[in-house]
Amino acid sequence: MTTATTGRTTVRGAVGTAHTRIEGRDKVTGAARYAGEVPFADLAHGWLVLSTVTRGRVRSVETGPVLDMPGVLTVLHHGNAPRLTTDYVGMLGLPDPTAAVFQHDRVPHSGWPVALVVAETPEQAREAAEALVVIYEREPHDTAFVATHPDAYAADGFMPAVTEKGDLEAELAASAHVVDAEYTTPEEHHAMMEPHAATARWDGGRLEVIDSNQGATWVRGELAKLFSLDESAVRVRSEHVGGGFGSKGVRAHQVSAVMAATTLQRPVRVVLTRRQMFSLTGYRSPTSQRVRLGADADGRLRALEHRSLNQTSTVYEFVEPSAGVARVMYDADAHRTANHVVRLDVPSPTWMRAPGEAPGSFALEAALDELAERCGVDPIELRLRNEPEAGPVSGLPFGSRNLAACFREGARRFGWADRDPRPGLRRDGRWLLGTGTAAASFGAGAGPSTALVTAEADGGFTVRIAAADIGTGARTALTLVAADALEVTPERVRVRIGDSDFGPAMIAGGSMGTRSWAWAVTAAARELRERLALGTSIPPEGITVRSDTTEALGALTQKERHAYGAQFAEVAVDTATGEVRVRRMLGIFAAGKIVNPLTARSQLVGGMTWGISMALHEEAVRDRNTGGHYGPDLAGYHVATHADVPRVEADWVDDPDPDDPVGIKGVGEIGIVGAAAAIANAVWHATGARHRSLPIRPDRVLAAATGAPDA
Amino acid sequence: MREFDYRRAPDVAGAVALLAADPDARFLGGGTNLVDLMKTGVERPALLVDVRELPLDRIESTDDGGLRIGATVTNSDLAAHPEVRRRYPALTQAVLAGASGQLRNMATVGGNLLQRTRCGYFTDVAGPCNKRVPGSGCPAVEGEHHNHAVLGASDHCVAVHPSDMGVALTAFDAVVSYETADGPGALPLADLYLPVGDTPHRETALPSGALITGVTLPPAPVAARSRYRKVRERASYAFAIGSVAAALDVRDGVVRDARLALGAVASRPWRARAAEAVLSGAPAVGDTFAAAADAELAAARPLPDNGYKVTLMRNLVVAVLTELAEEAAR
Repeated sequence: MTTATTGRTTVRGAVGTAHTRIEGRDKVTGAARYAGEVPFADLAHGWLVLSTVTRGRVRSVETGPVLDMPGVLTVLHHGNAPRLTTDYVGMLGLPDPTAAVFQHDRVPHSGWPVALVVAETPEQAREAAEALVVIYEREPHDTAFVATHPDAYAADGFMPAVTEKGDLEAELAASAHVVDAEYTTPEEHHAMMEPHAATARWDGGRLEVIDSNQGATWVRGELAKLFSLDESAVRVRSEHVGGGFGSKGVRAHQVSAVMAATTLQRPVRVVLTRRQMFSLTGYRSPTSQRVRLGADADGRLRALEHRSLNQTSTVYEFVEPSAGVARVMYDADAHRTANHVVRLDVPSPTWMRAPGEAPGSFALEAALDELAERCGVDPIELRLRNEPEAGPVSGLPFGSRNLAACFREGARRFGWADRDPRPGLRRDGRWLLGTGTAAASFGAGAGPSTALVTAEADGGFTVRIAAADIGTGARTALTLVAADALEVTPERVRVRIGDSDFGPAMIAGGSMGTRSWAWAVTAAARELRERLALGTSIPPEGITVRSDTTEALGALTQKERHAYGAQFAEVAVDTATGEVRVRRMLGIFAAGKIVNPLTARSQLVGGMTWGISMALHEEAVRDRNTGGHYGPDLAGYHVATHADVPRVEADWVDDPDPDDPVGIKGVGEIGIVGAAAAIANAVWHATGARHRSLPIRPDRVLAAATGAPDA
Repeated sequence: MREFDYRRAPDVAGAVALLAADPDARFLGGGTNLVDLMKTGVERPALLVDVRELPLDRIESTDDGGLRIGATVTNSDLAAHPEVRRRYPALTQAVLAGASGQLRNMATVGGNLLQRTRCGYFTDVAGPCNKRVPGSGCPAVEGEHHNHAVLGASDHCVAVHPSDMGVALTAFDAVVSYETADGPGALPLADLYLPVGDTPHRETALPSGALITGVTLPPAPVAARSRYRKVRERASYAFAIGSVAAALDVRDGVVRDARLALGAVASRPWRARAAEAVLSGAPAVGDTFAAAADAELAAARPLPDNGYKVTLMRNLVVAVLTELAEEAAR
């Protein structure tokens, strides 16, 4: 049977119109299956055993007694586990060896995976894992992150470690006003709702992994390389993901599950506990930052220096590039930025929502607020006076840069014009009130992707792309994008994602997912529409067009491409108890074409909520003697609760990216950038005390109120 | 997780008998703390005796004008009870300041009093803790202790009791009733928790195997003007870093009666009797309140990172007493 394509009506305008999540009903009714709950026959369960020492060697793993326990099938460890290939370069560079489990006897940090116990039930596996005796040889460790650590060194990561121009000391000396301040941010964790989970099985000579990740083809590539398999022999599926924020790449759970499935030749599932996630799935490193600003009397910057230090593990170099934000935001006659790392006996940090920009904007935007105070210039006016003409470091022209429009619109809606700049003057009962602002920016990039778009014989369209919807609403956004490109209503489009068999695609990361995938989907859909317009009849198997954006992305001219935002916060502070409450926040963003206002607003509000959490609550604590985590669970690690998040509004100015086929920039990360600084600046406005260390805890507010040194 | 047996207690006597027969048995109330501890391996009971369905779920007035609260009354029901709200408002406020709506619907009064500390060393079975493994050491003294005790602690343990409800009950002289195989008994709440000393693993003065059956609040007209204020590191769903339950009876500008208890400062809800002694008969002014706080906190022995609690508690006591005095003056 064939179907004629005549009689199609042209429809557009899905992009830009609010649309509820396509899978929303499945999610709230429980019909959506997550990686840890997809049923399999003959499923065995693995439980990871993590090191209880902070540095040393595994002398022996006493498997004998555990193998006699009920239901136990095997215990994998460095003495018997399959060998892995680790000297490869993956899609995002060198792999973090933390995922290459059981390859040697070294223990580089507390919570390092030393064994996997596999049993018939999760309860049996857990009981046996807790009973497993591992004998260690302990070695002295260093887990103390301090600004003055002698082993710190400049490191590149994904950008040059150091940029500099001009004579910094001379410009500082010639400045009318100087700010020289140190800022710290603590170790922070992604704390997404769904823990990491994977099920691995061999099916007809092919390895299949059901996982929760941010990129199915990415994880497929890494697993293929680790296990020396052809990529076509590995399939990774990840249909629904309960949050990722940078943490859901290749981790110990997938690798150990594949090992066990290979050894036992039956399906094996490994699910991480919340506590295990604290040492196995990455985190945002603590940072120690120093910002020096020098300005003329009117606030024009003559000198800008931003230095940052973060910790990384001894097995993997991860740079949290906090100093990078100044390379985009502000120019100065003398301009120096530098990212440093120090290797400690701690787990490997990783990307976490706005890596670099989140902690970096806290320091830089708080320092600018201090400069505004010194100069007697309004904080918004100070930023507008320092808007650069071109990339301060690159010299490249900007793509669209609508920061000023964000500030103007934000100031109008927030009521900034009425603000008395003097601190410590406003009171509501026991609360001192203050307002603050900060600027935000985040890179607007895209990664090569492929997409398949099929015109089905029944008149519908199927889009296949290895995209990941980690809660962002990507599935829905791509449906709207495809509908507009095909010129049909969204109801006729079915988007399938999260399957590595759909071909290479960008990960859900760097705020690049939706833009990268939308580009590929648009390219394939437009070509398909053109073919159908010729009046082609559709065979039963449909007509499929494949796109690959590699070439188109490579042809883009070099520009400084970023999204921008202006953050506003009002806080209440009780200096007698140290309590800080955010009363309202407003974020106005210039973040490209907004595909789905409903989910984009959720993303932006979510980012700003992360900013509240970062400013006031989040902090992972290590015992200074053992180096292990103290209270690593969601009772001990505080994220903002509903009661901490009152009126948070996010909106945007018109800002379509002229070089993107849909006009998208990306909204995943910009919402957190600058949010903590706006809150800290508001706390100063309320109390007169500068808080340069996050989170702004009650004990720190009390210390500031009693005149103790900056806590 | 280790397998365990589960039995629903048929009645109070049956519950006590079931527990007496098995040294590894535990009573299960709402399970909001015990089940968490079982997941982390801190508690590994062989038998859970579920007492939540026992007929101890009433709140009744006593003949002398107090209240008798059954042990299985849920936190939610306790907080909502009209007589509690009218006669002991600080108790309602304390309960509502704790946990979340879902947890308060499950948690029971008896279980609340016997919940364990949330000290991160206590809940980490991989490390030492004198409360969990007697004699193994207390890492908090030299480690993380910014939310640990400043009053009544010892070198052996600096953990704090997490209850909000218990702070208000302590201020109002609550008496705990219990049942054992040998018959019933009662203890003032102030005497329920043992001093820490060198035996932090021995937490209560209850006889072995005792089941808390209820809490009695004696009549306390002063409690009608009472308040609970809790300070924590986020606005909801966090344990206190300092809290105050206070009641004040002021007439003609003079404190006639005062009740004060402090939370999150010690291994038990801390009745501030030294402060009460300063308040009694003194003018209801800020200087009195500050002197009262100082009298109580003179015994504070902060560690390097929790000295802020002394400042916090002083400020909090003064603030809450001032608010109560201002209300009385209106």
